[in-house]
Amino acid sequence: MLRNRFFAMALAGLDSQTSIFSPQSGPARSIKAVSLLTLGVTSVIFVVVASLLLYAIVRFRRRPNDDGSEPPQVFGSTQIELSWTIIPVLIVTVLFLTTTRVIFEIQDAAKPKSAIDVTVVGHQFWWEVRYPGFHVTTANELHVPVSTAAAPTPTFMKLTSADVIHSFWVPQLAGKTDLIPNRINELWMNPEATGIYKGQCAQFCGTEHALMLLRVYVQTPEEFAAWIRQQQMLAAVPASDAAQQGRREFETQACINCHTVNGTVANGRFGPDLTHLMSRDTLASGAAANTPENLARWIDDPDMYKHGSLMPAMHLTKTQVDQITAYLVTLK
Amino acid sequence: MSESSIPLPGGLPGTTRQDARSGALGSVVELLHEWVVTVDHKQIGILYILYSLVMFVVGGIEVLLIRLQLAGPMKHVVSAEVYNRLFTMHGTTMIFFVAMPIFVGFGNYLVPLMLGVRDMAFPRLNAFSLWLTVFGGLLLNYSFIGGTGLQGAGTAPDVGWFAYAPLTERAFSRGHSTDFWALALIVSGFGSLGAAINFITTAFSLRCKGMKLFRMPLFVWLMVVSSVLVILAVSPLTAAQFMLVIDRYLGGHFFDTQAGGSAMIWLHFFWIFGHPEVYVLIMPAFGIASEVIPVFSRKAIFGYPAMVAASSCIGFVSLSVWAHHMFTVGMSAPSNAFFTLSTMLVGIPTGIKIFNWLATLWGGKISFSTAMSFSLAFLFQFLIAGLTGIMLAVAPFNWQLHNSYFVVAHFHYVIVGAIVFMIFAGFYYWYPKVTGRMLDEKLGKLHFWLFFLGFHLTFDVMHVPGILGMPRQIYTYEADRGWGTLNLLVTIGSFIQALAVIIFVANLVISYFRGKAAGPDPWDAWTLEWTTASPPPAYNFAVEPVVSSARPLWDLKHPQDPD
Repeated sequence: MLRNRFFAMALAGLDSQTSIFSPQSGPARSIKAVSLLTLGVTSVIFVVVASLLLYAIVRFRRRPNDDGSEPPQVFGSTQIELSWTIIPVLIVTVLFLTTTRVIFEIQDAAKPKSAIDVTVVGHQFWWEVRYPGFHVTTANELHVPVSTAAAPTPTFMKLTSADVIHSFWVPQLAGKTDLIPNRINELWMNPEATGIYKGQCAQFCGTEHALMLLRVYVQTPEEFAAWIRQQQMLAAVPASDAAQQGRREFETQACINCHTVNGTVANGRFGPDLTHLMSRDTLASGAAANTPENLARWIDDPDMYKHGSLMPAMHLTKTQVDQITAYLVTLK
Repeated sequence: MSESSIPLPGGLPGTTRQDARSGALGSVVELLHEWVVTVDHKQIGILYILYSLVMFVVGGIEVLLIRLQLAGPMKHVVSAEVYNRLFTMHGTTMIFFVAMPIFVGFGNYLVPLMLGVRDMAFPRLNAFSLWLTVFGGLLLNYSFIGGTGLQGAGTAPDVGWFAYAPLTERAFSRGHSTDFWALALIVSGFGSLGAAINFITTAFSLRCKGMKLFRMPLFVWLMVVSSVLVILAVSPLTAAQFMLVIDRYLGGHFFDTQAGGSAMIWLHFFWIFGHPEVYVLIMPAFGIASEVIPVFSRKAIFGYPAMVAASSCIGFVSLSVWAHHMFTVGMSAPSNAFFTLSTMLVGIPTGIKIFNWLATLWGGKISFSTAMSFSLAFLFQFLIAGLTGIMLAVAPFNWQLHNSYFVVAHFHYVIVGAIVFMIFAGFYYWYPKVTGRMLDEKLGKLHFWLFFLGFHLTFDVMHVPGILGMPRQIYTYEADRGWGTLNLLVTIGSFIQALAVIIFVANLVISYFRGKAAGPDPWDAWTLEWTTASPPPAYNFAVEPVVSSARPLWDLKHPQDPD
């Protein structure tokens, strides 16, 4: 019973949404293929060598009735030693050639005209996402269209960092690539199925490295186009009194030094763009669900969700927090 | 045979340490003074080993806290900051202040004895290297109280053991904790260089009569290869640490990306050190395996020249593989292909070594002492570690596995499964020589089986969360990722290993007082250290031995069938 439950849990675990062996995009699929080949070759080597070792240990163990004499001393054999040099050379050759083919296939893939360009900039501890072709900026949640063989719309990303080294890793879509300051790296993917793909920063980047989470929303071309149109709009103008008060608070506090709200005086670049804050599912790079309650708590004390987040607690009164929250929730 | 002469064990009257202390044991101060000012290679070796054991316990406690924190999703055993300090300190301590000094300790004790000489080439450099290494470790750990100055809470470094720039620059790493880290490694780096120079000089210029280079025990050969790698690899690390300190205090911009510096330079400097470093550590472990396996199989090592050649070859190739730690930094496709190939090439001489050990077992009469049990487990575990290494060498596979728990499992398979297992084998094998008493075999077997079980529970399971997308160096993870149960198993395994280590330490202490007397040659072995008394007198050999083969004691015991 317990065993069954354990296996069920283990299987459920292997079906994880971040498993490198359930690829949903071209590069991840090629990687899986070469990985399985490597696993196969190394498994055969393991079985052969481990069996020989085990056989030698059991077969040549000292028996209880041993006469105490020394076994024949053998010092080496050129033929045998040559053979176990040549066989590994052959294996390495095969593995190397296969690997090289996949390296070039992924790294030197041609970029079609229909590709979507995205720039991802790593920050301590969040992701800035820009779509230079669409003049859209968002954070932490990357939206891309699904790509099919008939209508390929792969996403080609340029990766860089504003501070320290980060690493972009969404296992089901592609291998990881680092975001390095003063350097632009490239990564591409052509997701095959719609859905939300999770990942996170894979290079230790400071206190909150663990909560620098990442989501990729793969959408149908129509949904993606609608999302882009919506993101291109200027920020909503608040209607209610509380929200208008909140906007005044937001614009007179230090908030605008770091955050941008398009169409207002807020044009800071240090923190995430808030123009369409409420179109995102999560706060603080995935540390919490984006609900008005969580948002108020986050503004009041960012440390509560993400100890070490670079957003300071501004020591606002409860009224100020409520007003700013009322304003921010209008930013749909 | 006729030209070799091995003196019988035993001391000359009036020359042992006890005699020098005028019969009585001497006061504590006298004893302390003797150990602090000693330039005797055996005492220095013991100090290195004891120091490493203390640091091993420190690093072990750090990792148990790490494992408690990761035992389930979203736990709050320690805070994010403390967690980051713990893994930084665990890695730095285990590599620089456990694995490196413990082998320098084994080497110090054994190399002169195996070569039939009375001390290392430079006894005072030897003592200097020891105290530099010790000081480095103390400096690092002092950061726990002094990292931000004595005002306020202390803080150990929290930048990871490979401390990628520019996270280590002042803009991102305030206070002094990173300085403690850099300075500690500079200091201990000089210690390592001194020890390496000493080993190379000793092996090449201080051998007893008849001890040609190709008659040196393989352990000595492997200490030499390891030492050459130390000189080639630790120097760039020390240079990089100097650059970092210059950046932090003298306005340099080597790694300061905000002023046009390069984050990439640090990566290259660190890994041109970091990869050969693995071989710096594994070479002495190979050396111990090449001493223990023949003796408990009752056969000469198979293919001695091939073993020396393969080890040198591994050392040489290991200098050209560093960027396989950098497959994800955006190198060009040809570069990625080059480092895939160079890394896979290491597998060939490594394969030769495994097969030669296998051939040594073949046709032997294997007895399962604790030392041999650890060595046999080492063979399997090193095989697995090598094969997961091949997986990581496949650049595309590496794009997924890099910085995941798969990598953490892989290098712990090397460092624990191979290196720590051989350290334990070395303890069971040479403890009788060092103390004159046998380690208890019953406790030894218990230690072995518990550690074996704990090791496999921890590190076999640990590969899986990596495949499921769990990055390393994260202090917590979300419940919905499916990593929780696996991490709980890993944590349970780590505590089983801790229990095994407690038994080991108890064995060291109990056997010191109660162990069976060992005599000069308890294992019926063949190398020179077993010709002298246990523990050996200060001068090692009353008369300098003369040898005529790689196994002088075999020749002595089998005069009708010398090598």
